[in-house]
Amino acid sequence: MAKVLVVTSGKGGVGKTTTTAALGAALAQRGDKVVVVDFDVGLRNLDLVMGAERRVVFDLINVVQGVAKLPQALIRDKRLENLWLLPASQTRDKDALTEEGVGKVIADLRSRFDWVICDSPAGIERGASMAMRFADEAVIVTNPEVSSVRDSDRIIGMLDSKTVRAEKGERVEKHILITRYDPSRAARGEMLTIDDILEILATPLLGIIPESQDVLRASNVGTPVTLSNADGAPARAYIDAARRLCGDTVPMQVPTERKGFMDRLLRRRAA
Amino acid sequence: MSMGLLRLLRGNKASAPVARERLQILLAHERGMRGQPDLLGVLREEILAVVSKHVTLDPTKVIVRLERGDEVSTLEVDIEVPNDFERKKAAVA
Repeated sequence: MAKVLVVTSGKGGVGKTTTTAALGAALAQRGDKVVVVDFDVGLRNLDLVMGAERRVVFDLINVVQGVAKLPQALIRDKRLENLWLLPASQTRDKDALTEEGVGKVIADLRSRFDWVICDSPAGIERGASMAMRFADEAVIVTNPEVSSVRDSDRIIGMLDSKTVRAEKGERVEKHILITRYDPSRAARGEMLTIDDILEILATPLLGIIPESQDVLRASNVGTPVTLSNADGAPARAYIDAARRLCGDTVPMQVPTERKGFMDRLLRRRAA
Repeated sequence: MSMGLLRLLRGNKASAPVARERLQILLAHERGMRGQPDLLGVLREEILAVVSKHVTLDPTKVIVRLERGDEVSTLEVDIEVPNDFERKKAAVA
């Protein structure tokens, strides 16, 4: 049965789009049929991170308004045949996202795919509430930093009250994904710990993605990080997270400091 | 671990526990407020509405201060009413 998953956070710049692309690719690699949907109307970026920016013809708003049929707007990934993208509009207003229209598109996507992954825009306005509206599950992307945790808490409140599931008295299954985790700052006590974040948000952990050059490199070349450097630490963490979403039990890896010779030398000097 | 010792030697305090405590206090408050009407905001509106029924309020002479605390919050409404107000009213009557 199809699952609708929203990737959300409240705060901007925490890694929602990176996460949507990475989880989408990881799930597609497992053999599931996946569509990633960009809800960031006016500021689309998922197409760029997926490397499909030059292949966009129609978008979500065109489909919502009936200008284009869904199959015309879906873009098939060039690397993974199970992975598809429904881009956002770059020009339209996000008020064009009507609840009725979005509901129809999501229902149609449910009938065609195993996973419908909705990349939410930042904020708590219409785009963000439409992205979560029909979700069965939610990945709340959180950085180990006070403003991100506060915004995640706010988003959790919305998931528990403003979604179709919540209104029917059902639950949206929520997962925290901690991104941009910096083991050296954690070791120095300069960063909220994983336990702090999970205790404060009272929501289970899906994975911990370490801060890494791999992520920037992947977006530079327009490839989900799980494909661009599949052996790298962030890719492995995303692949594990995707397995957990599928119900597998995978031991949680907390990223640790990799100390090179120069690092040790410099640290000793600094201390 | 040795990190505590290292920190002691460096003389700088870990900031993460401060972050954690500030968040816990803030979120406890924000969760309580969620979905509730903003009581202090409503009070402010209604107090000003009542006063303006009797006095023409000069918006620049009305000072509203709000202080949210852990246990209690205070709403301070400071309204300047001209001294000749009563006399004028009597004259009209």
